[in-house]
Amino acid sequence: MAETTHADPLEELKNTNTGVENKKMAMWAFLASDCMFFGTLISTHLIYRKIYPTVVDPTEIFSIELTGFSSFILLMSSFLMALSVSASHKKNMKSLRLFLFGTIIFGLIFLGGQVYEFSHFVHEKNLTLSTNVFGSTFYVLTGTHGVHVALGVLWLASWLAYTYSKKFKWENALDIETAGLYWHFVDIVWIVIFTAVYLVEYL
Amino acid sequence: MSTTQASYGTWSRPLKKTGLVGFLTTVDHKKIGIGYAIGALFFLLVGGVEALIIRLQLMSPENNLVDAETYNQLFTMHGTTMVFLAVMPLSAAFFNYIMPLQIGARDVAFPRLNALGLWCFIAGGVIVNLSWFFQAAPDIGWFGYAPLTSKQFDPDIGTDFWIIGLQILGIASLAGSFNFITTILNMRAPGLTMMRLPVFTWMTLITSFLIILAFPPITIALVELMFDRHFGTHFFNVAGGGKPILWQHVFWIFGHPEVYILILPAMGIISEVLPVFSRKPLFGYPLVVFSGAVIGFLGFAVWSHHMFTTGLGIVATSAFAFLTMLISIPTGVKIFNWIGTLWGGRISFSVPMLYALGFIWMFMMGGFTGIMHSSPPVDAQQQDSYFVIAHFHYVLIGGSIFALLCGIYFWFPKVTGKLMDEGAGKAFFYTIFFGFNLAFFPMHILGMTGMPRRTHTYKAEMGWAEPNFWSTIGALILGVGIAAVVLQVIYSCFKGKPSGNNPWDARTLEWDTSSPPKEYNFGYTPIIKARDQVWENNHGTDLKKMDKIAPDSHGIHMPDQSWWPLVVSIGLFIAGLGVVFHHQPWGMLIPFVGGESVISLLHITMPGLLLTFFGIYMWALEGPGGYHLHPDPEELKNAIDPKESGHWE
Repeated sequence: MAETTHADPLEELKNTNTGVENKKMAMWAFLASDCMFFGTLISTHLIYRKIYPTVVDPTEIFSIELTGFSSFILLMSSFLMALSVSASHKKNMKSLRLFLFGTIIFGLIFLGGQVYEFSHFVHEKNLTLSTNVFGSTFYVLTGTHGVHVALGVLWLASWLAYTYSKKFKWENALDIETAGLYWHFVDIVWIVIFTAVYLVEYL
Repeated sequence: MSTTQASYGTWSRPLKKTGLVGFLTTVDHKKIGIGYAIGALFFLLVGGVEALIIRLQLMSPENNLVDAETYNQLFTMHGTTMVFLAVMPLSAAFFNYIMPLQIGARDVAFPRLNALGLWCFIAGGVIVNLSWFFQAAPDIGWFGYAPLTSKQFDPDIGTDFWIIGLQILGIASLAGSFNFITTILNMRAPGLTMMRLPVFTWMTLITSFLIILAFPPITIALVELMFDRHFGTHFFNVAGGGKPILWQHVFWIFGHPEVYILILPAMGIISEVLPVFSRKPLFGYPLVVFSGAVIGFLGFAVWSHHMFTTGLGIVATSAFAFLTMLISIPTGVKIFNWIGTLWGGRISFSVPMLYALGFIWMFMMGGFTGIMHSSPPVDAQQQDSYFVIAHFHYVLIGGSIFALLCGIYFWFPKVTGKLMDEGAGKAFFYTIFFGFNLAFFPMHILGMTGMPRRTHTYKAEMGWAEPNFWSTIGALILGVGIAAVVLQVIYSCFKGKPSGNNPWDARTLEWDTSSPPKEYNFGYTPIIKARDQVWENNHGTDLKKMDKIAPDSHGIHMPDQSWWPLVVSIGLFIAGLGVVFHHQPWGMLIPFVGGESVISLLHITMPGLLLTFFGIYMWALEGPGGYHLHPDPEELKNAIDPKESGHWE
């Protein structure tokens, strides 16, 4: 009954038919949708790789060491994100800020790697959007992922800033968890992209 | 009724409920639903006028009412308007208005997101139609096949209007669908289990899932096309190695589920109306629900039947033919269940029932020709002929539009508290039914005798003059009928007789509350004990009658209104306009004032995106807000005190 649940507002948000909070449910629905966004882009890339296996040799373009490193950083940011969510549920402000900050920094390192990679490919390897189909699909796919990471960084940075506001409440742990779901999803998508676009070329 | 107003921070929120400000800032799902309906009916008339011009052009051989290019623009805009701006938003109007009432919710899960859906629909509709004012309406067909859409073959900005408009409309559909899924799964009244949900709500859920899974492919395809046109990529550009066939695949991976996005809500409406006017429960409820889900699921596995003539190879063609034929099973199950509902019922031929019966018949006709297309050799004969036009107009007008009109007549008393005149309604129904069949039945014959689609005119020797003449006469009669219905809706809003809460003695929960429903929908929390709860309340045993739980001493929590959904969609509108006019001279956008210098993304798109982000931040910072309302004590007459009930809310 209402009296007993008022103690923990976060628990009260779970008083839905499914037991999943509304915000989280909507985020899951969005992520299902986002799967199809990336699915379409990844299949476009793979289809054209299959049609034109020899026009481009991606191993001559990629610098797999750098991308491998930034992929590792992105995965580690997921670890920090999980720690942030855990800290927010434990109401530990110091850890929450620290881990959010770490997640943001790792996200920025990944983005920095991508910016470097793009400019390196354009200037050193002469691969642009319009060089060939490989350039088109590669940049639009990884660029869309980069936009996702950038929006995630912006989102988390906004929450980090908001923890300094007087209006911040511990109910906001749900919002941080929802942002976390998004962040983990974007990382998982990168695992697929890193495998399907980069690693398979080295088989 | 008394209200307690919460305190507001630095940013004051709009409080006015009435007038323009009240409408622009509304978060009430009922007002948003009405907004969708007004927009959809307007665009239905626009698309209808386009159709009539097409028909008048084809009325006689070698006619020159419009030239070939205008004709291309007309059929492109007719298709785009009817699919994205008339049928989908009219379904969305019912989702918004009816679904929360059917599940006993006070609103949808995210009221402001819901408002964003409405304003993005308006923004997208305006962008697509703005193209007319720049004499550059898209002329690429509603499916915009590559390479016709490339800069090389279509240097006009019409295609850009189409690309951007469809993307903004996609945002509207996606935002709405996330909301509906969350609302239906999470916010049902206590006791309203999934297998007690009204079928219309079930179809809303399934359609929402179809939308969130089918719209991403088209969005990505449009983004790729946009990159091809503006940034020199080669996704669909043959010279650069792109494959136009890819567009067809991605388009139809969206396009076929889209067909079910148009028809499943219609089937939901029919499944609500038939039991009410047969005075029997829906026959085979679980089968109707599951066959809806199966149709939605299979809808993703049949896209290539739109592409049989492209030469997919024997295996793919056979597989897609087989899967397509499979879909006729769940569809047939539904039709038999509807007939089973009618069987032995005490049928009353009210206007909604006439449309529902018309739906079953006409949709079956369209279904039969659909099964014909599922056979590749037959399809090869009919591809791109008027037979196909006849087929999909039978399922989209005889199916979707009939059901949506049925829904308008059925729920009008709920929305307005007024009745629509039965006599006039019947006269208009027969006009529409007759006009529709006269317009589209001859097209079967025209198609069989070889008349191709999208042809601007034809020679008299082809022998197509007479069926085309009668088809045009039928289209005019249909147009008069539809216009009459729209006028009757407007007239009845003002002059209709009072209807009472439940004029049809209907069955589902929306009929339990007042007509029109109060802002908070239900003063009490309904405790559901049966599938057709309102029928049980009125005619059932005491055991199955609904309990009502009064709100606790705080009253009912209501969300605050907000400007930001409107601001965000205006930001998207501006950003979209900037992409349409990317690389074009300023003089094209602003005649007389603008010069020859070229518009870049920084000029319009950037400010638009900044406005969007600003709106999103303000949206987040203001929070959902809220205040408490205390319902009319009259409504809580038999309600149980919340402290004494064993239920939690």
